[in-house]
Amino acid sequence: MGKVVAVTGNEAVANALRQADPDVCSLYPITPQTDIVQRFSSFVANGQVQTELLNAESEHSAMSAAIGAAAGGGRVITATSSQGLALMWEMLHIASGMNLPIIMPLVNRALSAPLNIHGDHSDGMGARDTGWIQLWSENAQEAYDNTIMSFRIGEHTDIRLPIMVCMDGFIVSHSIARMEYLEDDEVKKFIGPYQKVNPLLDLEHPKSFGPLILTDLYHEYKRLQHEIMGRVKNVVLQVSDEFGKLSGRKYGLFESYRLEDAEIALVILNSAAGTSKDVVDELRDKGIKAGLLKPRLFRPFPYVEVGQALKHLKAVCVMDRADSFGGYGPMFMEISSAMYQADGEGRKPKLINKIYGLGGRDYMPHDARKVLLELNEIAKGAPVGAVKEYIGVRE
Amino acid sequence: METRELLKWSAQVKLREKSKQEVRFEHGHRMCAGCGAPTVVKMVLMATEYPVVVSNATGCLEVSTCIQDYTAWKTPWIHTAFENAAATLSGVETMYRALLKKGKMPENVKFIAFGGDGGTYDIGLQSLSGAMERGHDMLYVCYDNGAYMNTGIQRSSATPLGADTTTSPAGSANPAGKLQVRKDLTRIMGAHGIYAAQASPSHWLDLMTKVKKAHQIKGAKFINIIAPCNRGWRTATDNSIELSRLAVETCYWPLYEIEDGKLKVTVVPEEKKPADMFFKPQGRFKHLYSPGNEGMLQRIQAEIDRTWERLLKESEQAC
Repeated sequence: MGKVVAVTGNEAVANALRQADPDVCSLYPITPQTDIVQRFSSFVANGQVQTELLNAESEHSAMSAAIGAAAGGGRVITATSSQGLALMWEMLHIASGMNLPIIMPLVNRALSAPLNIHGDHSDGMGARDTGWIQLWSENAQEAYDNTIMSFRIGEHTDIRLPIMVCMDGFIVSHSIARMEYLEDDEVKKFIGPYQKVNPLLDLEHPKSFGPLILTDLYHEYKRLQHEIMGRVKNVVLQVSDEFGKLSGRKYGLFESYRLEDAEIALVILNSAAGTSKDVVDELRDKGIKAGLLKPRLFRPFPYVEVGQALKHLKAVCVMDRADSFGGYGPMFMEISSAMYQADGEGRKPKLINKIYGLGGRDYMPHDARKVLLELNEIAKGAPVGAVKEYIGVRE
Repeated sequence: METRELLKWSAQVKLREKSKQEVRFEHGHRMCAGCGAPTVVKMVLMATEYPVVVSNATGCLEVSTCIQDYTAWKTPWIHTAFENAAATLSGVETMYRALLKKGKMPENVKFIAFGGDGGTYDIGLQSLSGAMERGHDMLYVCYDNGAYMNTGIQRSSATPLGADTTTSPAGSANPAGKLQVRKDLTRIMGAHGIYAAQASPSHWLDLMTKVKKAHQIKGAKFINIIAPCNRGWRTATDNSIELSRLAVETCYWPLYEIEDGKLKVTVVPEEKKPADMFFKPQGRFKHLYSPGNEGMLQRIQAEIDRTWERLLKESEQAC
């Protein structure tokens, strides 16, 4: 039985990393993630883990060193936010291209300019195409659970991929919430020992990592990455199922909240999903059939399953805490793709896109209520106005 | 290893014998005929009498020695990107220490990063400085050919004053080529409080002794080695050793080392040759010998003289 505590998201994640006791932690500070690597450094200093700490001089080097360490043949962690992830961008592709299971909490924060340290999803969405697995988390409990599961998922020998565990900067990382820890030995047993695959530090069998591959085989190499990504879904489900048996907490590819008999729904990530669920309940009490879908596995995106879960609805609003300027919000593009491919009787929900909460702008129950009521009108036949619209804007 | 033992090793080492030892950088790679870099790599590995793990920055050496299905490296070898050979290797070395601590690795494994001057002086300087400051037990070797040769001879901060490159071309408005003096990277690395040295393949024993010495020191080490590039220098394909010798004898490329903050010149040419002897055979300096560029030649000679005098003075003071 786990221990119930009141901790911040950062503390919860730092403890998950402590319980995993990785071989190497390569780190660089950045708000709001810093708290994680600070806490982890004290675990090292106090002998609570056997980890070797590497204080890099930038996030680019932190990720480069994480890649070198992971290629070496052991368990590797790092953590970042925002500009840090942006600086790592080049190396993110190299980590996934080399099939290195690096575990990286990403405490979501807005990107400059203008400079802003608060939570939004621009960083994680910007890393969408880097070949990393992404798990998103609503609260400290989910961030903790996802971090523990991420070792099993990323290191799974069917896939061997780097993985980022996302949670909202400040809203979750710095807020104290009730959650439950697993016991250290339970986590150790669940994660298990690190399995080496072609380690660089096998001196008897020298290997070359990172060759030049031109037009003859690059295309095939990338298709292989695509195929490996195709196996992730099953690994996530299998690991989540096993974790559910251990913890009593069930996780799937996404969370469906009052969705089965709903007519309208929000698709929304992370902490704002919690706020929205309260409003769904409130509207249900008034007889409005509202529901919610909260994606968890964003990369690879479970198009078929999401399409199935949403296709019976009359109207859906995809809420994006990031923007693709000149395009729709990044989550909206995924949901549109999922719905276009979804099989059905030709009837598909009307889709709208709201951009909310950039740079940590509060997302309040009245925001969710307003959007759901607009959806309710659309479901009754009202015309869709702007497909994409910013909400919560100070005019 | 004590200095005396190192001297003994130097006195006994025979290049002919060394060349019979197991080759860990194989022939068959695709470096240009006459390139100085593979010679440098071979000499460094010959002086490395330990298991070794190599990291390589993107560049000529990297793209020509490991192409899908083929590798010239008989050592564990990793390339990730351009600016981070040091950071990447620092990660490998850290994992090595983590595994060594758990009894999963043998003792005395050496770590060497190779980068060209672009990947070291310019884009990789931060990564290099960070890894050296952290004190990873590794040796960083810069093979300095004085420009971004892999992408087609663009100016780097290692490009010598007056050189004509594709991004510092000599033209009608600027007949001089590169207008700035090169960055003194070896001394910058020496300022990190680490073992830092400058070497040349023409002086193979000096080079190998420095590598041997570097491996005896626990912590971060840096060696900067001149590596002529006949494509970029516009020279013949049979004189890379001759040119690197002239670089030393003209004092354009002084051979010295910095240890515990003390600088020591390791090779003093019997007769300091005029800079022209190194500059004139190279096509990249041809324009300097056209009328109007006399001032540049004087400035180049003055720079060399000033640097050399300062090195000698510091070396004498340290003795």
